[in-house]
Amino acid sequence: MTKGVDVDLEDVWIRFGDFVAVREANVNIKGGEFFSFLGPSGCGKTTILRSVSGFLEPSQGKVRIGGKDMAGIGPNKRPTALIFQNLALFPLMKVWENITFSLEVKGIGKADRRKRADELLDMIALSDQGDKLPSELSGGQKQRVAIARALCAEPDVLLLDEPLSALDLKLRQHMRTELREIQQRVGITFIYITHDQGEALTMSDNVAVMRAGVIDQIATGHTIYNDPATAFVASFVGENNVFRGTIKSIDGDMALVSTNRTGELLSRIATSAKGKLKVGDTAMMFIRPEACDIAADTSPAANRFSAKVKHEEFEGQIYNVFLEGSEGKEIKMSLVNIGKQRASAEGNNLTLEYEPQQAVVLPAGELASE
Amino acid sequence: MNIAQFFRNYFTRNGIGLGTFLLVAVLFWVVVLIILPQLSMLDFSFRHHLPPPEMGGPKDTYTLEHYKYLVLGAPGADTSYNVVDLGVFGRTLLAAFFVTILDLVLCYPLAYYLGQSKGGGFIRVLVLLLIIPYWINEILRAFAFRIIFGDSGLINEMMMTMGLIDNPIDFIRANVALYAGLGYAYILLMIFPIYNVIESLDRNQIEAARDMGAPWWRIHWRVVIPYAKPGISSGCTMVFMLTAGALAAPQILGGPSSLWFTQIIYQWFNQGGNWPRGAAFAIVLLVTCIIIVLSMMRLFKVRIGDIGK
Repeated sequence: MTKGVDVDLEDVWIRFGDFVAVREANVNIKGGEFFSFLGPSGCGKTTILRSVSGFLEPSQGKVRIGGKDMAGIGPNKRPTALIFQNLALFPLMKVWENITFSLEVKGIGKADRRKRADELLDMIALSDQGDKLPSELSGGQKQRVAIARALCAEPDVLLLDEPLSALDLKLRQHMRTELREIQQRVGITFIYITHDQGEALTMSDNVAVMRAGVIDQIATGHTIYNDPATAFVASFVGENNVFRGTIKSIDGDMALVSTNRTGELLSRIATSAKGKLKVGDTAMMFIRPEACDIAADTSPAANRFSAKVKHEEFEGQIYNVFLEGSEGKEIKMSLVNIGKQRASAEGNNLTLEYEPQQAVVLPAGELASE
Repeated sequence: MNIAQFFRNYFTRNGIGLGTFLLVAVLFWVVVLIILPQLSMLDFSFRHHLPPPEMGGPKDTYTLEHYKYLVLGAPGADTSYNVVDLGVFGRTLLAAFFVTILDLVLCYPLAYYLGQSKGGGFIRVLVLLLIIPYWINEILRAFAFRIIFGDSGLINEMMMTMGLIDNPIDFIRANVALYAGLGYAYILLMIFPIYNVIESLDRNQIEAARDMGAPWWRIHWRVVIPYAKPGISSGCTMVFMLTAGALAAPQILGGPSSLWFTQIIYQWFNQGGNWPRGAAFAIVLLVTCIIIVLSMMRLFKVRIGDIGK
């Protein structure tokens, strides 16, 4: 099968009338990469995908696939294959005809098509289901047929528009692994659209986080989670506790933030904010629930704060402890269940501590809505 | 489930009042308005043409003479088959078939456009524009076509003004007016069933086909038409049946040399006063149309249940 090719977006703007759906997108996706666009619904990620697949021309800027400018080239002429959110299998064609539709278009004979269909059916472990209609398959099977149908065209780039969103949780987790495996086997470029950060982080080599038409950050999942570029990324990807305040002092990579309710706290300055934050700036500090721990020593320190416990939740592998924060928000702390029974602290004051390197401070900005 | 239980469930579901009304209305419609008239026509078609005093008398026996007449003509005629009536019969069916195809070719793109475009207001206006002319009586519409296609009608006048022709074209004699009138008469019955089906087609399927490199005609051939098949066959069935059974349009728009089979039936009933013969001809037309429609459905693998959708 063909190796994946680069996909480049160069200063891409997409407008619908007065509405700007995508603003100044600059993305370089390397050949053979699993790349995700992550963002809440309506952020423009599907619009970007449609401009790569050719259903939409950008209002401005260039889309290049394999270095070739795609302007004026229709979706049926591009080396891309798209997997739709609702899969869009043809209900009146048999599974094998669905899979080999792209070959039928090329005028390849029935016997050859059937042979190719059987190979692909073997690959997706649906060997003897070729003569069924799509409606006779289960959700996960349909999913795999849609993947096989897209791969059958031997595209250089596979585009996936939230294909797992209709599946139940177990199947979704299983399909993540499977998609990643398929991608590594065929070696082509995958561009994946999702609003589920779990999907984006587990499968992708690189993730672009989008907000209201703007790409806030492009990085590996690890970087996005640990070193977010904006307050939006910090609050959208994974859970995060936000502490608003002002910068009191800066010492190298670290900043002391004076917060409204929890006193002065020490935190690492995010890479993107280095050199931009100054003493006296309003800022947001983020501490992940799993970065918090119960402090043994309750004396005041720059990495400790205390708050009243509102309620606790036992989730099995973790305990979640919710503490009273500022502005009516709760501070969430997650403790790994290591098998020890612990006494509930509900109603009491609790002192938490965290590793300042694991907290991150960013200029104040828009947060992801709950 | 036995019948008593079915009725008990039916009445508990709909209530006594509504349940009785539905039952009586449907039975009245099916039995009194459809089955009984057809049965009496069938009965008529097998009787001799007798003056009223002799009806019910010893001469009033069952006979096949009217069916024989349609096939073989009057006893002692110079041809061995009833060439005139059979010819008209065949021509009527052929013309109805042609009109059906014409309507399908005209309506499919229109229905596809209406069904797939999401623009609300403009589409509603278009649909309204299609419907409004049908508020006018069928006969008036036929006369309007006669005026449009007449020697000094709109089309001839326009073409002469533009210098395309020197003398008016006789659209009536050439049956152009007839086919246009018939095609127009039932065009809505073709558009709406197809439109209804296409409206429910997932746009993503069209995009998926396009994404896999299919040109527009293959998308229609492999994705849209198979999906729209129930609507297409429902539209074709109605247009074919109604065109073959049309009377007003052929009467008003038909050229002097063209005769529609329904006109012959009408003549036997009215001018000829020969009800049994008219009934026999009507039964033959009905049965033939049903057979044609059923075999077409078989050919295109459409089930009768699909049409009701």
